[in-house]
Amino acid sequence: MLRDLRRIWAQTLAIALVLGCGIMVLVGAQSTQRTLVQTQAAYYERHRFADVFVSMTRAPVAVVEAAAQIDGVAQAEGRIGFSAVLDIDSMTEPATAQVLSLPPNGATLNTPLLRAGRLPEPDRPHEVAINEPFGEAHGLVPGSRFRGVLNGQLREMEVTGWVLSPEFIYTMAPGALMPDDRRFGLIWMNEAAAAAAMDMAGAINQLSLRLTRDADERAVIVALDGLLDPYGGTGAHGRERQVSHSFLDGELQQLGAMAAFMPPIFLIVAAFLVNMVLGRLIALERTQIGLLKAVGYGRVEIAGHYLKLALLIGFLGIVLGWGFGWWIAEAMIALYGDFFRFPFIIRDLSFGALVISAVLGMATVLLGGLRAVWGSLKLPPAEAMQPPAPPSFGRGGLDRMLTGLRLRQTTMMIFRSIIRWPARAAITLFGVSASVGVLVMSYFMFDAVERLADSVFEQANRQQITLVLAQAQNESAVRDAYSLPGVRMAEGAYTMPVRLVNGHRERLSALQGHYEGAELARLVDDAGTVVALPGEGLVLPDMLARALGISAGEMLRVEMLAPPREVLELPVAAIIHQGLGQEAHIAAPALFAAMRTAPQVNMIHLMVETDRMEALNNAIKETPAVASLADWGEVRRQFDETLSENLLTMVGIYTLIGVLIAIGVVYNAARIQLSERSYELASLRVLGFSRGEVSFVLVGEMMLLTLVAVPVGWVLGYFLAVGLVGAMSTDTIQIPFHITKRTFALAALAVFLAALGSVMMVRRRLDRVDLAMALKARE
Amino acid sequence: MADDAACWKADGNMTAIAEKAPEKAAVFRAEGVTRVYRTGAVEVRALRGVDLALYEHEMVVLLGASGSGKSTLLNILGGLDLPTDGKVFFRERELTKASDAQLTAFRRDHVGFVFQFYNLVPSLTARENVALVTEIARNPMRPEEALERAGLPDRMDHFPAELSGGEQQRVAIARAIAKRPDVLLCDEPTGALDSKTGIRVLEALYEVNRDLGTATVLITHNAEIQRIGHRVVVLADGRVTRDEENPSRVLPSEVSW
Ligand SMILES: Nc1ncnc2c1ncn2[C@@H]1O[C@H](COP(=O)(O)OP(=O)(O)OP(=O)(O)O)[C@@H](O)[C@H]1O
Ligand SMILES: [Mg+2]
Repeated sequence: MLRDLRRIWAQTLAIALVLGCGIMVLVGAQSTQRTLVQTQAAYYERHRFADVFVSMTRAPVAVVEAAAQIDGVAQAEGRIGFSAVLDIDSMTEPATAQVLSLPPNGATLNTPLLRAGRLPEPDRPHEVAINEPFGEAHGLVPGSRFRGVLNGQLREMEVTGWVLSPEFIYTMAPGALMPDDRRFGLIWMNEAAAAAAMDMAGAINQLSLRLTRDADERAVIVALDGLLDPYGGTGAHGRERQVSHSFLDGELQQLGAMAAFMPPIFLIVAAFLVNMVLGRLIALERTQIGLLKAVGYGRVEIAGHYLKLALLIGFLGIVLGWGFGWWIAEAMIALYGDFFRFPFIIRDLSFGALVISAVLGMATVLLGGLRAVWGSLKLPPAEAMQPPAPPSFGRGGLDRMLTGLRLRQTTMMIFRSIIRWPARAAITLFGVSASVGVLVMSYFMFDAVERLADSVFEQANRQQITLVLAQAQNESAVRDAYSLPGVRMAEGAYTMPVRLVNGHRERLSALQGHYEGAELARLVDDAGTVVALPGEGLVLPDMLARALGISAGEMLRVEMLAPPREVLELPVAAIIHQGLGQEAHIAAPALFAAMRTAPQVNMIHLMVETDRMEALNNAIKETPAVASLADWGEVRRQFDETLSENLLTMVGIYTLIGVLIAIGVVYNAARIQLSERSYELASLRVLGFSRGEVSFVLVGEMMLLTLVAVPVGWVLGYFLAVGLVGAMSTDTIQIPFHITKRTFALAALAVFLAALGSVMMVRRRLDRVDLAMALKARE
Repeated sequence: MADDAACWKADGNMTAIAEKAPEKAAVFRAEGVTRVYRTGAVEVRALRGVDLALYEHEMVVLLGASGSGKSTLLNILGGLDLPTDGKVFFRERELTKASDAQLTAFRRDHVGFVFQFYNLVPSLTARENVALVTEIARNPMRPEEALERAGLPDRMDHFPAELSGGEQQRVAIARAIAKRPDVLLCDEPTGALDSKTGIRVLEALYEVNRDLGTATVLITHNAEIQRIGHRVVVLADGRVTRDEENPSRVLPSEVSW
């Protein structure tokens, strides 16, 4: 066996690598997923993450007790939450923050975890705790001070400590696309201080509930909405619509999909490769096997000999897969640490995944091996000792057709070889197309993200800055915005949180009022076309329309969840394709006509002169009418930065994985060809064919198969991507499905180069075949 | 050391011969050709200073015991192998100075090989095996003509596996002559055949030599076959021990074994 191994060590290693890739992905993705799930669960449990969340305009503290009485509610806690614009010394532009009140006796739900310093003392109104990432970003250590505009009043606050919270594992400013710990912070403040700042003594505007084990969440939400309706409740929701939780869950789902989709491809390819290589080895040692049988070795002993080799491949693959899987899990957990702030990590090197992967790995090689070994064992010894009968070449219709083409004979050799051993060609084809497919699927994810960024930044939101006003104002506010420094263009818009109701179906959403001729913030559909808003009625994205069970022409009830809290009945004018769209849209004149008020704005989008940004920022910090500010250029820059960093690593890993399959398959197939045909190919050299012409027969066959495999792989990749989108899409997010030509081209190119490299490695061996030796005798 | 000396002496002789017989143009000239095989620590001297000339239109039968170096010599003449020492000329060109690419071109344009085990491409039919060579040759005959000359006018569309040994060997001969080579090098072409089939193969070679004037070297173990050659060369232990004209040439059909 050692002798066998020495001869085919490169092939053994190539197969082990393919197998190892499959196991690596399985173990890596599973371990990462399990680690995150365990960590999340423990964090939620220890810090009492709530099950149901709701905001309202203002409710007396007594509703907390009333909510706790709802059937299925274990615990309820109210608080005051509002946003603020901060003036931090370390940055010129304003930051925004979410301010949350801390009950005097400490929070009992969503309890903050102290990382440094202490929590604010109840009797010191200026003391606050901030979230750790924000503190880190600005060096706001306990004891430092900063200013902020709270409810229109400039106040100074002193940091007492840094905290983390299970509510903000993933921290994102409302309306932002990416976390930004510099520009968005969290502030925990004494309840009394918060109430004083917001004129909310004895009142709350946020409520969190923890449910009993057997509670019916839907029923609780309905009861809670009923309870809070008089107080301007904006509609309760469960964890699935809580920003931090849903992002984390989406990520976990994606990991699960990866662990389910990718490994089977690798395992199938590895099984075929084992079959192919062992089959060839047995063919080479056929006489020896006959001899062993003749002298009385049993079938099982001989089969055992070859299966040992298969097991060795399996063992190698498993060890490699475990090792790299562990390594990749560590790397991925570290990567996730950039996005998700956990105070601790509970490592779960998924033992189950280790066992399953080992069993699958061994089953794979044994299956491949047994098929190869089986045929040889059935031969009677006398026959086995003979050299194998020369292959017979048929003259099927296909062959006649090829003959008719008057190809060169070396080309003919390629085609005859493929036709004569279709199963082998099919394995190569499958393997190569699988690797193209994996690459298409992987690169597609980047297409999706890029498409997303393009539609968000280039099409829909072309503004540089968005000012969110503290209160709706009439249209003249847009004109006033021109007096701010550096403003080149200003455009008003109106947004309102709403509950959309169609019969018993309802959805929390936002209604966007678009002014005519808007150039900056526009409504764009999946095809990238700007949607012109009809003179009357709503425009809904298809996902939202489906969730509401409504179609164009029908009437929809729109309940405004913020002042002036009107309820409108509006017709649905059109439904558009918008994978990420969750909001309803309407032309501003139609909206205000229905509300019977003069047109208003509560957001102003700006284009500004970039060199006057600082002056603008300073002016805004002192403008109480502006509640918060979003800098889209900065958001885009951050988005691209994070993306290029993470995507590059991911592209690298995926390319490596895809390319490894291609190498494993093509290298093995070419080695087997070489081993079977070296005499034939050496004969061609004797006849005066050059090295290049001879290797054409070998290289040509492999590259021809690769070329045929590429379109097959494209189709395969297309369907893998469809599956991935299905697995990753939730009812709130639909990944845009659009695979770019670049993705197809890159996948093909990577695989083509890998295949070419592999055959070229084998070609070098062909060049070393000794001509005179090849003529000595038949093997 | 002794071998080296012999080599130098032989070199002188060779030149002398060439001067003496200017009327006979040599296709091949081997001068002091030595070939040493090294496998690990063991050295095998397959050729120990061979001097030999092969003339246009001539059929030379090469005899010798097993292991005497016949195949080694033939491979060196055909540009498949290089001598450890000595020189080989094809017409005016020194093969021993040629690059790998030049040797490939030399084989392609000038040499036809026939081996004991045919060395046909199993995935190509008889006709296609011949076409394989005619496609890259400079002035080939049609594959059909070559197969006819080799005595296999029918069965052109059969694969090698569907042909008998003798038939396969005739395909190999057709493939070797289709390019109208200057020399035909045959290493035991009848070695794997019975006498009747063997004679038919020899007839094919004989006719090619007679009709096309292709200089031919024919290696055989069968002393009877030497009667069909113009000249007989015997190798023993890596040296030429006999090199003489055959005054009474016979047709292959008159040979029997
Ligand atoms: N590739 C090689 N490596 C080592 N030794 C070799 C090699 N080829 C030939 N020899 C040795 O060189 C010597 C001459 O070999 P060669 O094949 O030329 O003999 P031959 O006359 O053709 O014999 P036969 O009639 O059996 O074919 C032999 O001793 C052989 O063992
Ligand atoms: Mg020999």
